[in-house]
Amino acid sequence: MKKTSTPVLPARTAPGDGPLLAVDDLHVEFATRQGVVKAVNGVSYSLNPGETLAVLGESGSGKSVTAQAIMGILDMPPARIPRGEIRFRGTDLLRLPEDQRAQVRGQRISMIFQDALSALNPVFTVGWQISEMFRVHRGMSRRDATKKAIELMDRVRIPAARQRVNDYPHQFSGGMRQRIMIAMAIALDPEVLIADEPTTALDVTVQAQIMELLAELQRESNMGLILITHDLGVVADVADKIAVMYGGRIVENALVHDIYRSPAHPYTKGLLDSIPRVDLKGQELYAIKGMPPNLLDMPQGCAFHPRCPYRQDNCVTDAPPLYEIGPTRGSACHYWREVFDDSRR
Amino acid sequence: MGRYIIRRLIQAIPVLLGATLLIYAIVFALPGDPIAALAGEKRMDPNIVAILRDQYHLNDPFIVQYWYYLTGMFGGDFGKTFAGVPVTDLMAGKFQVTINLAVTALVLEAVIGIGLGLYAALRRGRPADSLILASTLVLISIPTLVTGFVLQLLLGVKLKTAGIDLFPIAGVTEGWRSYLLPGFVLAGVSIAYLTRLTRTSLAETLRADYIRTAVAKGLPRRRVVGRHALRNALIPLVTFLGADLGTLMGGAVITETIFNLPGIGQQLFSSVHLREQSVVVGIVTVLVLVYILANLVVDLLYAVLDPRIRYE
Ligand SMILES: Nc1ncnc2c1ncn2[C@@H]1O[C@H](COP(=O)(O)OP(=O)(O)OP(=O)(O)O)[C@@H](O)[C@H]1O
Ligand SMILES: [Mg+2]
Repeated sequence: MKKTSTPVLPARTAPGDGPLLAVDDLHVEFATRQGVVKAVNGVSYSLNPGETLAVLGESGSGKSVTAQAIMGILDMPPARIPRGEIRFRGTDLLRLPEDQRAQVRGQRISMIFQDALSALNPVFTVGWQISEMFRVHRGMSRRDATKKAIELMDRVRIPAARQRVNDYPHQFSGGMRQRIMIAMAIALDPEVLIADEPTTALDVTVQAQIMELLAELQRESNMGLILITHDLGVVADVADKIAVMYGGRIVENALVHDIYRSPAHPYTKGLLDSIPRVDLKGQELYAIKGMPPNLLDMPQGCAFHPRCPYRQDNCVTDAPPLYEIGPTRGSACHYWREVFDDSRR
Repeated sequence: MGRYIIRRLIQAIPVLLGATLLIYAIVFALPGDPIAALAGEKRMDPNIVAILRDQYHLNDPFIVQYWYYLTGMFGGDFGKTFAGVPVTDLMAGKFQVTINLAVTALVLEAVIGIGLGLYAALRRGRPADSLILASTLVLISIPTLVTGFVLQLLLGVKLKTAGIDLFPIAGVTEGWRSYLLPGFVLAGVSIAYLTRLTRTSLAETLRADYIRTAVAKGLPRRRVVGRHALRNALIPLVTFLGADLGTLMGGAVITETIFNLPGIGQQLFSSVHLREQSVVVGIVTVLVLVYILANLVVDLLYAVLDPRIRYE
């Protein structure tokens, strides 16, 4: 038997031929009192430098859990990753020893969260929290690190950064707090940034500003961005490609304009149909009927079949694979062609 | 901040007045005659009794007596005992003993309680955690009187006969070592509560979003727990410890009796017996003052630990 050698982490400048980050057939489950919750059931997606991947899907579909698995911040136990790979520049992070994994976390792949107020530590100043990245990971002195923190606060457009570096998170507005989170996340020039619903807690104008800031930072640094969101409007503006999740699986992936023009999965179609449209004003809003699947007891066959208007007999028994329906496109529906034809606009 | 402190101190005045009036009235209402008690079994000359009663204002109505006491107290004069000793002198020595005892107890409580609590929180669900939780339950359910005598017997007497003389059994002749055993007994129940509180506080803090952020920043676990979580988990513990200082001083009566420590607990007990109004009220006044100051310090510390709290 061939002995598998311990993988080593490739350098930042490694001339990669594959994608920057590739999630492959990832499974995550949680041991709970009620039983095993299968939160992620074979997710695959990939990301290239400078690219924005939007991950869509309703609450509980496994978007955040997938992101946390990439970051390596799941509590194990109760979490378990029975199968799958997360390749970063070709190296499987899941097989990397913890000390090397720690070199990736926060430095080469970083993450921002939905609610910046609770995601920032209330008892330390924002300057302290940002500069901690330089002190801990780069061994900088307190003074140099603070200088860096001020530069970063400037870069994410926090007004009067020098005066505000010693303020506490609660002294900032929601939008400014999210900027501080972003400053912290980009401090060490990560190659991948995962933003988990970064604007959900903010009002609309601030949302747009934050998205603009992320897009701009991405242009400057060529990092890959994984944007987890519910907001289909945002997706159309900033994303290059989309992965739609349902019941812990990717049900459809495509380039952003393809999917808006003609979804090829009944769930995606339902999502798009439920966006309020001006030309349909006065009509009742469309909503996908039924309940999200029970992750403790997934239905046989296609997870979406209990709610699917295109259901046929074999959907109840055979789980569809992710059919390759184009060079950059996949749909996990036996009847994707019908959906596709129906939804061409 | 300065204005806040002054306001708090002014608010303390009515509390002090109310407390002294109440205690004064209770001791006044106790049956028995302090002057007659002075002479024990013997009968006193009625003339001397009259002079003494006059000297101590015992013939005046209650409210007048209280007024004399109050005016004296604000001048720093807590009066004299019936034996002629100034109450301030008497209290000074006794309070020293009780403060030593209470501070020893508080330090033991903080070190053991927080230490065990943190350990349990980091070992949640494991045998060590269960063992600590079970021990705290035992400690809470046994009365101080029992722990006191049992530990005195085991650690004081038995250990000494076995040749290890670590813990003095009684008295205050051995310096700080004299306070170890009584301090532990006094703190016992509080240690148990603080352990549980610490465990809950840290476990809850470790579930907070900002801890997830700290992990995502790639910080070593040591730093995540020791810096990010601990600073937040400590906040409720400081409140508990501060409020407990008053409880410890009040609870000293039993412990001082078991270990024969000449502190205010013992003094209070015998003064109530002798109807030494001035001593009883003096001690209680100082206790109330300690309580108020401890609470003020806790509130100020709170603002230091939690920047979201500001006092105007
Ligand atoms: N620690 C955990 N223990 C048990 N179940 C968990 C745990 N964390 C997540 N889950 C479950 O995993 C499923 C997927 O959760 P996840 O947070 O990834 O959803 P999401 O797609 O991000 O939803 P949302 O849009 O609400 O953020 C949920 O059903 C959730 O209950
Ligand atoms: Mg989520």
